[in-house]
Amino acid sequence: MRKIRDMGRASVSKKTERALWSVASVAVGLAIIGLWQYIAWQKYVSPVFLPGPDRAWSALLEGFESGALTERTLATVERMAYGWVLASVLGVAIGALIGSSRVARQYLGPTLEFIRPLPASAMIPVAIAFFGLTKSMVLGVIAFGSIWPMLLATIHGFASVEPRLIEVARVLKLTRLEFIFKIALPNSMPDIFAAMRLGLTIALILSVVGEILAFQGGLGSHILEASRSFRSAELFAGVILLGIIGLLSNLALGALESRLLRWRSQ
Amino acid sequence: MKGLVVPVTLVLVAELCARLFGITSDSLASPSQIIAAAVGIVADGSLFTMTGQTLFAAVVGLAIGGGLGLVMAILLGLIQPLARLMHFSVEAFRPIPAIAILPIMLMIYGFGYRMEIAIIAFACFWPVLIIGQAAVSGIEPRLIEVSKVLGLTFLGRVTKIVLPAALPRLFVAFRLAAAVSLIVAVTVEIAMNPQGLGYELMAAQSSLRPEVMFAILLWVGLIGWGLNAFLLYAQNRLFGFAGKLEVPR
Repeated sequence: MRKIRDMGRASVSKKTERALWSVASVAVGLAIIGLWQYIAWQKYVSPVFLPGPDRAWSALLEGFESGALTERTLATVERMAYGWVLASVLGVAIGALIGSSRVARQYLGPTLEFIRPLPASAMIPVAIAFFGLTKSMVLGVIAFGSIWPMLLATIHGFASVEPRLIEVARVLKLTRLEFIFKIALPNSMPDIFAAMRLGLTIALILSVVGEILAFQGGLGSHILEASRSFRSAELFAGVILLGIIGLLSNLALGALESRLLRWRSQ
Repeated sequence: MKGLVVPVTLVLVAELCARLFGITSDSLASPSQIIAAAVGIVADGSLFTMTGQTLFAAVVGLAIGGGLGLVMAILLGLIQPLARLMHFSVEAFRPIPAIAILPIMLMIYGFGYRMEIAIIAFACFWPVLIIGQAAVSGIEPRLIEVSKVLGLTFLGRVTKIVLPAALPRLFVAFRLAAAVSLIVAVTVEIAMNPQGLGYELMAAQSSLRPEVMFAILLWVGLIGWGLNAFLLYAQNRLFGFAGKLEVPR
């Protein structure tokens, strides 16, 4: 009896220990911001280049109050989301097609492996040549760049289905579609989710690059304009906002992943 | 060999279409035109120059960012309390996309190498830090105990025990960072910096020379693929099984 009680006590103190460490690490983060503020006050770096956190914060607030930042943030997030969803759907669909056929994998595999390391932004000039400096060009580039992780993860997941399960499918006389939805896709889900996270990061980066290049509004254009007119506070506010977008979208996807993959004991 | 069937067929079909229909276009080029353009930019040395510019920035950025990342990874990996204290700050700064740093560096440095190298260093720092920290903290604890028994100094422990033990996974981090460095270099050149392969890509497109554009594009793809393949080969030769451990997310 006593052992079980002691174990209970040990786990409580472990929890408070972890909470204390979290508080301490947030405190360290705040201290770093404090250091930044100090450097800005003492003007060790010219305020033209390095605004203090106070100026960046007020630029952030002003931007949202006047609606300018809200509109631009939404534009960037919207672009990123559309491109990423498109890439995910296409990636999984095409990946399922290629992955479920060994012949397709053999013939297309090396080509895909060659295109994979290509920087997605290198396709931007080609896209401009075909589509001009338009919104759909940027969307196309985002989708093209973000599709690779999902595509390859789906193919890999399909290729790594346990052979016993393939035999089970054959015994149960499952059709190709049933096999894909009941066995192959669930098997690939962890890989696909991890790939979707990576795809989201790529989508954000390409949205910003596209906005910088094609003058499409959004946060990318905003921070570029701010840098050109040396409005460092607005620039830093925009960069921080981009970081927040990246963080929140990753967290959201992670939460979704752990909910949907709860059947996996990983 | 099966893998070559599809690309070769596509190239032949493209060449056939171009010759049969005699298309002249501002955005398309036939394979033979692309090859001719490729020979041209090799012969006049411009391919060499632009490749050198991009690779120089990528290598220096990788060295700086990867080096700093490695130092931080060792410190955070070995000193648990430090890792816990820095956890929040790392997770807060990490999601900032490297490309968002571009306008800041543009403001400070203007165009040129320094701006590009700074952005590449920022981009390479994070994967090396995250994966490297996991690599260092995942070393067999007995080895750390051995180093304490032997009475090694901190530096001695790092060089004689920690680095050799963590090397396989550190190399995985390095591979990833190398790929990132190339991608970010080309991206910065496409978006802003008037030098290197990315810039020449954009210039070829806007001066309506699609054959040069495609030639450079293929070359960039080749460099990216070749770099990855080479590093993967090196990893397998040097570390074999040890390098195949799963990379933490």
